[in-house]
Amino acid sequence: MTEPLVQVRGLVKHYPLTRGIVFKKQVGTVRAVDGVDFDLASGETLGLVGESGCGKSTVAKLVLRLEEATEGQVFFEGEDIHDMPHGRLRELRRQIQIVLQDPYSSLNPRMTVGDIVAEPFAVHRSVAPRESWRRRVQDLLERVGLDPDHVNRYPHQFSGGQRQRIGIARALALDPQVLVCDEAVSALDVSVQAQVINLLRQLQSDLGLAYLFIAHDLSVVRHISDRVAVMYLGKIVEVGERSDVFREPGHPYTQALLSAVPSPDPRKAGENDRIVLEGDVPSPADPPSGCHFRTRCWKATERCAAEEPALEVRAAGHPDACHFSEIRHVVR
Amino acid sequence: MSDKTRSRPDTRDVEPRGAARDQTGATGAAADPSGGEAAGELSGRSASLWADAWRELRHDKIFLVAAAVVTVFVVMAAFPVVFTRTNPRSCDLSRSLGRPSSENWFGYDLLGCDYYAQVVHGARVSIVIGILVTVIAVAIALVLGSLSGYYGGITDSIIARFTDVVFGLPFILGAIVILTVFENRGLFQVTLVLAVLGWTTMTRLMRSSVISVRDSDYVLAARALGTSDFRILTRHILPNAIAPVVVYATIYVGIVIAAEATLSFLGVGLQLPAISWGLMISDAQYRIAEAPHLLLFPGMFLSLTVLSFILMGDALRDALDPKLR
Amino acid sequence: MPATEMLPSSTPTTKRRPDHEGPLLEVEDLAVEFRTRDGVVHAVDGVSYHVDAGETLAILGESGSGKSVGAQAVMGLIDSPPGHITRGSIRYRGKDLLGLDEGARQRVRGRDIAMVFQDALSSLNPVFTVGDQIAEMYRVHEGASRADARRRAIDMMDRVHIPAATSRFDDYPHQFSGGMRQRIMIAMALSLGPDVLIADEPTTALDVTVQAQIMDLLAELQRESTMALVLITHDLGVVADVADRIAVMYAGRIVEHGPVIELYERPAHPYTQGLIDSIPRMDDDREELVPIAGAPPNLMKVPSGCSFHPRCPIARDECATDEPPLYAVWSGRESACHFWEEVVSSHD
Repeated sequence: MTEPLVQVRGLVKHYPLTRGIVFKKQVGTVRAVDGVDFDLASGETLGLVGESGCGKSTVAKLVLRLEEATEGQVFFEGEDIHDMPHGRLRELRRQIQIVLQDPYSSLNPRMTVGDIVAEPFAVHRSVAPRESWRRRVQDLLERVGLDPDHVNRYPHQFSGGQRQRIGIARALALDPQVLVCDEAVSALDVSVQAQVINLLRQLQSDLGLAYLFIAHDLSVVRHISDRVAVMYLGKIVEVGERSDVFREPGHPYTQALLSAVPSPDPRKAGENDRIVLEGDVPSPADPPSGCHFRTRCWKATERCAAEEPALEVRAAGHPDACHFSEIRHVVR
Repeated sequence: MSDKTRSRPDTRDVEPRGAARDQTGATGAAADPSGGEAAGELSGRSASLWADAWRELRHDKIFLVAAAVVTVFVVMAAFPVVFTRTNPRSCDLSRSLGRPSSENWFGYDLLGCDYYAQVVHGARVSIVIGILVTVIAVAIALVLGSLSGYYGGITDSIIARFTDVVFGLPFILGAIVILTVFENRGLFQVTLVLAVLGWTTMTRLMRSSVISVRDSDYVLAARALGTSDFRILTRHILPNAIAPVVVYATIYVGIVIAAEATLSFLGVGLQLPAISWGLMISDAQYRIAEAPHLLLFPGMFLSLTVLSFILMGDALRDALDPKLR
Repeated sequence: MPATEMLPSSTPTTKRRPDHEGPLLEVEDLAVEFRTRDGVVHAVDGVSYHVDAGETLAILGESGSGKSVGAQAVMGLIDSPPGHITRGSIRYRGKDLLGLDEGARQRVRGRDIAMVFQDALSSLNPVFTVGDQIAEMYRVHEGASRADARRRAIDMMDRVHIPAATSRFDDYPHQFSGGMRQRIMIAMALSLGPDVLIADEPTTALDVTVQAQIMDLLAELQRESTMALVLITHDLGVVADVADRIAVMYAGRIVEHGPVIELYERPAHPYTQGLIDSIPRMDDDREELVPIAGAPPNLMKVPSGCSFHPRCPIARDECATDEPPLYAVWSGRESACHFWEEVVSSHD
């Protein structure tokens, strides 16, 4: 097997909690990302799922080095993104791009669509001569399914789905190898969401893109991903091939998460053996000892409080982080 | 792609959910109570913030009147000959304190100079100082406010603390103290002192405005592209953060004009033989009984100018942010 | 009002007996428009539905479909201007709410019909404790004493399963998680024992595991009290789980209405069909989703005829000119499509 395109190793991001304005005093630490490892191969889609506050969006920012990591490395083609001079990083930005969640705030309202999509060329002047920008922008708009004659319009003149396409066109301008999609379809209406999902799949097969697809919507992740990683409180608790994780989840959190998704099929509504979790996600400023999930877990024992489970292959046949891992079928 | 969409007018914002309020005054969902900038495209017009604001302002009677008055005063300051061909310094003592008449509506001052010509020529100092001080203050605010808001951390701490220290100096009192030091006080000195004391509010405004824009997703997207800080500031942050500063600057011109008049009135601003409304009012105060017109006309012009700038600023703010109304 | 209402009871199961014929809540031909500087937004344009005691009606629609505005009109929460109810009636127990003065309307709100919003954080007042906010309902509406109101508020917090309700009475909204805040909103809405609860996207802002808890809670509370639930949502999954009947809204109108299972299995309107085809499903590995082409219309410029025709795969010429009525498909099923027979038979 060839080396993965992106390798994330021991990634940690802690935010200090401070008090005071002039004399800041650190009173705690928010462990947003607390030791995350994963690989992303060329042309594949890795879905990263988890609930709000689990740290998945921070992972997105760390992979692009939009935030500095507290610890750990992100290798792109063997080079550590978090340990390279800014000049080199700027070059590397051409290879990894991001599509953000909110189609309303991710486009500068004072710029025309043409200027927005051409901005990558203006930033990386060596990519394309100025005369070619307009043609390239129009090609990009056409590629994402927009009318190329709309370059002089402003973002607010487009619907949410169309704006998201503009954001995708901007991300594609520099011909990247990796696209980080941070909740890229979550803000869209279902009928439009499907259009954008299909577009992303189309682009992947045309351009050979690798996606790090971050989302809270499990059905969307299931639909688009090759492999899936489940995050809880700053850690990956289970990772594997899509069908393995969805059909034969080993970690109790994954099982609860999957079983909680309401099925859009009323006939199945009753027969669902839904695992309803008690309580709330603990604060990442004060995570439980040992296994982070133990406070809501029905299997928890003393061992879970004392010993942190490693992410390794257990009963489920793919890596999970539960001492008492066992397969339970929750999706029918 | 089979689902290629035609461009269709924006619709998602149309549902004015913000229209709902329950008894406790809570809104149902985050929404724009104005019913939405929705559908800007409908009429095919470009509807950027400023274009929208202009469309609004064109129908705002108060703004139109204020703008007309300001225009008149600016023309008066630049080309006084449009309004009077009389030299304000050609005086005739025999006309001393002449009352307004049908021939000469504004009357004459103590030295028998044409008071209308005096008042007209007085506009120049006010307008020049007002605009000059504001331009300098805006320039300082843009630079310091942007740096402070964008970079945060130690840069912000230093700039913000320094701003706070200057902000702590009382505007008029500080100006009196500093100006008293100068032997000769002309346009330059007064402008300098007002500018030195007057940039703080706008800097703080700029800083908070930059902070609110700094964390928006399009700035994040720009950073992901490897965009330089300078480009992010000039292309993304400034155009989106400048509106409140522009509004305040408009109002500020009026404040500065009033301040200059106050200082001149108190005898620490401009000195004779300069022609300034503040000086005229100062002179007039001793003869208010025998020659009230000496106070009336410069006072009226001063108030009208100040009021016009403030009204313009108010209208601009409303037009830029319809949610405030 | 019967006296049971005034009793300090935490079990509103002993509600008034129906004192009229017909449905509990009936909305007929309701139209709401917003007059903005850019034009008139026809947010709701001739909507009719009804709901009975103990029943759950889901109103399904995407953003801009008018589903929330319709509910706000029922609650009397449309700000005017810019909002105007231009026609229709809203009858609660046979009495038209639109004819009531503001004072009478106020009494209906909360006591008879209550509402839960999507965003619990902004719906709660941050400067008062949650206990006070619930207790206030009893003090203001029922003139309960401070001690009595406190006791009943704690009862209510227990009923929505807030752990250690007594000790959490004095906590502020920001000290609760999203799911707990939504429970508090539900406690407030149910405090006066309403007959109808309108829940506007009650779980949309919540995580999926918490969503499940809240939906379970709503179902449980409904079972206890034979309350009617109007659930407004965009999520077909949530609807399938809890609703008895569904009304699908598009561009301010109801385009399809019927019992949940029939409607999912044999949709009779191309829009409903399109929605079902466009959602990715957990139990299905389809490679390609089938989206609906285009985007929802601008409500200032709703297409002529059938407002769905520009996006409709089976649209004919007459769809652009003739507005379809709600055809009765069969008993309890309606579809606003000229060619509903074609849509239904496509499932065979």
